[in-house]
Amino acid sequence: MNNLGLIISFLVIGAGLLWFLLRALQGKEVERRIIFVFIGLAVSVPILFSITFAEKASPIVKAVYDKIENLPDGSRVLISYDYGPSMAPEVEPMSNAFLRHSLAKGHKVYLMGLWATGQSIAATAIDSVVRREFPEKVYGVDFVNLGYKAGNQGVLNVIITDIRKMYLTDVGGIDLDSLPIMDGIKSLRNMNLLMSVGGGFPGIKEWIQFAGDPGHIPVAGGSAAVSAPLLYPYYPTQLLGLLGGIKGAAEYEAELKRHYPQFADTPQPGIKMMGPQTLAHLVIMAFIIIGNISFFVARRRRG
Amino acid sequence: MKRQLPLFLVLIFGLFGIVQYFIPHEKSEWMYEFLLDWIYIIGIFALALGIWSLMRVSWDKIKHKRQNWQYSIVTLTGLFAMIFFGFNYFRDFFNSAGLQNYMFRAFFDHIMIPIQATMFSLLAFFIASAAYRAFRARSLLATLLLISALIIMLRFNPYLGFIGDYMERTALWLLNVPNLAAKRAIIIGVGLGMVATSLKVILGIERAYLGKD
Repeated sequence: MNNLGLIISFLVIGAGLLWFLLRALQGKEVERRIIFVFIGLAVSVPILFSITFAEKASPIVKAVYDKIENLPDGSRVLISYDYGPSMAPEVEPMSNAFLRHSLAKGHKVYLMGLWATGQSIAATAIDSVVRREFPEKVYGVDFVNLGYKAGNQGVLNVIITDIRKMYLTDVGGIDLDSLPIMDGIKSLRNMNLLMSVGGGFPGIKEWIQFAGDPGHIPVAGGSAAVSAPLLYPYYPTQLLGLLGGIKGAAEYEAELKRHYPQFADTPQPGIKMMGPQTLAHLVIMAFIIIGNISFFVARRRRG
Repeated sequence: MKRQLPLFLVLIFGLFGIVQYFIPHEKSEWMYEFLLDWIYIIGIFALALGIWSLMRVSWDKIKHKRQNWQYSIVTLTGLFAMIFFGFNYFRDFFNSAGLQNYMFRAFFDHIMIPIQATMFSLLAFFIASAAYRAFRARSLLATLLLISALIIMLRFNPYLGFIGDYMERTALWLLNVPNLAAKRAIIIGVGLGMVATSLKVILGIERAYLGKD
């Protein structure tokens, strides 16, 4: 099914692109609507035929994986959901993979969000990942949802010195001091790893500037592809690793699947989405080349 | 007095913020933490102000039947519905477990997520169309941009075999060297700009934040 889908996709899209290449050689431009149809096909056909590709973790992704893997069992890992629903399809596979990996390694996981929407997304992650895949994990012992607090980087400025100045209770109103997972936690400095998933403000950059750097705490992140190049200056000294876009998520999922066979049947949205993305990139590249051909032909004609 | 007092407060607290950073003493840290508490308080007021502002603007639009006033009804309905279910009114008004409220979750999962995800997904179509029109080799710089974009996109392609390895290495070089150099320069520039602007605000040279009155 996978190969058949791939052949059909290439035949349909390739034939269409060839037609427009021939038109471009006559100096004709492609209409916007035609581009939309091709992108629609490039995205939908791989989804229908479940086209996936083999992924290998790049060093920047492997660094995050290795960090979680090499932390001693029971380490404290904080995941901050710094995104909204618009970014969720791209970055949610990353946050879910981080959560899955951390729990599988036996780390204690603290969920929170610098975005108001992050609170609900973290609650959804608990339902879809923790409750389903780790039913033995106990709330308040193995993981906790601290929720959202207003104040952007101001929140980090406060919790880097004292978490309870911001969070007296968890998201459900339970006193933090009554939760065993909070024993020995005074501030962010007691965390072994901070992970921010997002792509906007406040996000990974703020975690580096207001928590990681002043507290000397390792920071890793997952970001939307469009924001990833902005974070490269922080890697590898201030940001130990980064998952950039769906590609980063797919690489992480592949790495997780390779080392944890129990996750072979769990949903791998990153890997699944790489099919449509790869084909869409090929179509965009083809249109860029077609556009340049028609541009040069038209320029030559004009003299 | 209306202008002098805020200017005086900004000067005092701004200078304290700078000086405190260089004094590693517990008293200084206590003061810093005390002032940070104010961020929390101001944040809450800002939230309330934002909600009030949204309500006023939307109500004004509905009242005077301005262009697209119907959307304001949807905005206000959404706002009040989420607040209502978020507070979990029927069980315990003060229980913050409203997040677990069925309707609150249903609105978020089945309305907000699909709507925002759809809007974001539409970008793929517009980016493709924009790339087709914008990435033209009109000049040397435009050609360099075009080639860089193609290399970065090609690195994701699994069908390139050994060429793919070179593409990946070239793409990483592009990201780690020219991209990084430009970004670092921008970040340093922005940082220096922020220092200059902050000093102007602290010293009362920049007063735009005070408004016109």
